[in-house]
Amino acid sequence: MTRLAQSTDLSMFVTHNASGHAHMDLAVEGVGCASCIRKIENGLKKTPGVVDARVNFTDRRVAVDWNDDTLTAGEVIEALEHIGYEAHPFQPARVESEETKQARWLLRCLGLAGFAAMNIMLLSVSVWSGNVSDMTQETRDFFHWLSALIALPAAAYAGQPFFQSALRALRTRQVNMDVPISIGVVLALGMSLVETATHAEHAYFDSALMLLFFLLCGRYLDHAMQRRTRAVAGNLAALKADTAHRFGENQEIVLVPAAALRPGDRLLVRPGERVPADGVVVSGTSDIDESLVTGETHPRPVSAGATIYAGSVNFSGALTVRVTAAGTGTLIDEVQRLLDKALETKSRIVRLADRAARLYAPVVHTAAAVTAIGWLVAGASLHDAIITGIAVLIITCPCALALAIPAVQVVASGALFRSGVIINAGDAIERLAAVDTVVFDKTGTLTLPDMRVENAADVDPAVLENAARLALSSRHPLAVALAHEARQRVPFEGAVEETGKGVRAIIDGVEAHLGSATFCGRPAVSASGDTESSVIFYSRGDTAVAFSIRQRLRPDAVAVVESFRARGLALHILSGDRQTTVAPVAKALGVASWQGGLKPADKIAFIEALKSLGCNVLMVGDGLNDAPALAAAHVSLSPISAADITQAQADGVFLGERLAPVLDAVSVSRRARGLMLQNLWLAVIYNVIAVPIAMAGFVTPLIAAAAMSGSSILVTVNALRARKRKDAAS
Amino acid sequence: MNVLVYLVPMALALGLAGLAAFLWSLRNGQYDDLDGAAVRVLDDEDVLKNSDNANERVASHS
Repeated sequence: MTRLAQSTDLSMFVTHNASGHAHMDLAVEGVGCASCIRKIENGLKKTPGVVDARVNFTDRRVAVDWNDDTLTAGEVIEALEHIGYEAHPFQPARVESEETKQARWLLRCLGLAGFAAMNIMLLSVSVWSGNVSDMTQETRDFFHWLSALIALPAAAYAGQPFFQSALRALRTRQVNMDVPISIGVVLALGMSLVETATHAEHAYFDSALMLLFFLLCGRYLDHAMQRRTRAVAGNLAALKADTAHRFGENQEIVLVPAAALRPGDRLLVRPGERVPADGVVVSGTSDIDESLVTGETHPRPVSAGATIYAGSVNFSGALTVRVTAAGTGTLIDEVQRLLDKALETKSRIVRLADRAARLYAPVVHTAAAVTAIGWLVAGASLHDAIITGIAVLIITCPCALALAIPAVQVVASGALFRSGVIINAGDAIERLAAVDTVVFDKTGTLTLPDMRVENAADVDPAVLENAARLALSSRHPLAVALAHEARQRVPFEGAVEETGKGVRAIIDGVEAHLGSATFCGRPAVSASGDTESSVIFYSRGDTAVAFSIRQRLRPDAVAVVESFRARGLALHILSGDRQTTVAPVAKALGVASWQGGLKPADKIAFIEALKSLGCNVLMVGDGLNDAPALAAAHVSLSPISAADITQAQADGVFLGERLAPVLDAVSVSRRARGLMLQNLWLAVIYNVIAVPIAMAGFVTPLIAAAAMSGSSILVTVNALRARKRKDAAS
Repeated sequence: MNVLVYLVPMALALGLAGLAAFLWSLRNGQYDDLDGAAVRVLDDEDVLKNSDNANERVASHS
């Protein structure tokens, strides 16, 4: 990221606020605890030119204000790096600021409803106790009018979320669950006014406001969960954004964020760099490593006219590329789309709940009307009949059907985000819960996408440090892997890279070489039995070391595969890579069923065969050649390093170096499905018991309001249990 | 009955004061980062150190 800071156009991320200071939002990696907040804020504020820095711990972001006469945006990011935190600038999506406004509005309504409900309750309790003692009618009327004075404006404002939603539905000639709630509230308030005017004993202002208060609690919780998942997705978009070298007007190279690329831009892709966008080669020849795209680890030669994909690595020669698809430019929108899809696509249970909710409103209205008429016919007064009808209207709770099940979905998505899994489709949770077979790809899925030095522990630390710092000057992928081991990320001065051979520099008076065996003056060593790893040599004076570099298995792959086996899931490995590379991996993981050298069509055939046996297949894969297989499986996941096309096909994407997110995805989903069914049953039982009791006239509107809000809160809190990752098996 | 004349308005005034305080805290952005607020309480930094920083900042801008 230091390259980015040096010479880059970050202006798309910078805004100016009222006092003329520049402002930027950054997503920060590695913020885990209280001391991180203090370190970041203090460290930034000490930097001359920085006016203010504030960490948002919930969203893992930093908002920085600075004086742009004395400091550039790039220097701000560098300052953060010196403190020890990698930061990525981003533009908060417009949707986020709207959601923040909505959240504040809900909180305002909640606060007002709470204030009104409590003050009215204060007066109501006085009236109830006065009714059984010696309160005069004038006092009671005075208290009722006071309650009306508080209740009517408060309900008019705090009820807006429900009234607006109900009106919106009614305008399209439909009813949603807000319609009965609105009718109930309005009727209760209206009846209470009539009662007050006729000097009656009871008024129901407290019921109406208490109902609004508890329902708003549920709404706010729901909204807060959704906001949190969007914030994580926004950060994800920032973390994935990288840079590109674009040709400017006079053929000068400008370093730009990949998000700023447009089709038609011409880029320079240097040896060892990752291709930032899909495009066509204009000039230059090189070898491209498309292991992310096809799974094949041997590089493909390209020259003018060839198509290359975002995510492949350029090996040997510099290429000029014309962009055909602004790949990561739309990534922020893409992640937004992922989220919107995830929160909108309905699972089967949710669709069932929706249908029930649509039936619910007419059924409830009918039941209330029938109750009122029934009591009238049975000889009760008009007042009593209507009150009983209102009680029935209020007590029936749609909440479990239309609130708690989506709440389980949102909470489960949040739990999955925290585990590092982003769900692409809402019904993915249900499908993940039903999985009984898992099919893994090898490269990039079971193994880490980037290469690391294998025998670093066997080398003298001083020699390792020298070799690693020398490697910083080279762009060759093997050298980049070695450079990871450098603790002091300062390259040696005067390092010269000789293309195709290696890099050399003078370290403390003695010349050092890093590269191929012949370049380092060592005899070419025949490849060791391990066909997976590549070797890079280092020599300086008398010291000579061979570094073995390979793709490692993900650190917890063995443990995760074992957990899957413990849960009784069948496991398979399908890979497009050579059989010799797949066999050791399968052996290390203890997976008996594996195949290598497969083409996309072969993978699909295998999955179809499994499906015809009745298995529910989860496919985990990352290369372009996995994309059709991902679509063929019942449900699919891919790592974040996968090609964009693959990610779009998969039902979910998981982050980080560990395989544990895949395990969490399955266990969280199983738990979530269990909770959805529980909530459904709770809702049915509650309604079956409560409605007849209300119809029989045993329930006053106040008790109805308490019961309804109580059950609503109960199912919402039950939904929160989806946050835990353990399911019954562990 | 006479006592109600000032008790009821007082109760309402107190309630309104509570509501005003809540709305102020909302506008002040105190609900935007609830996890952060929970964690900042555990911070050990000296108040003295902070005021030194503030003086530094003021000095560098003037």
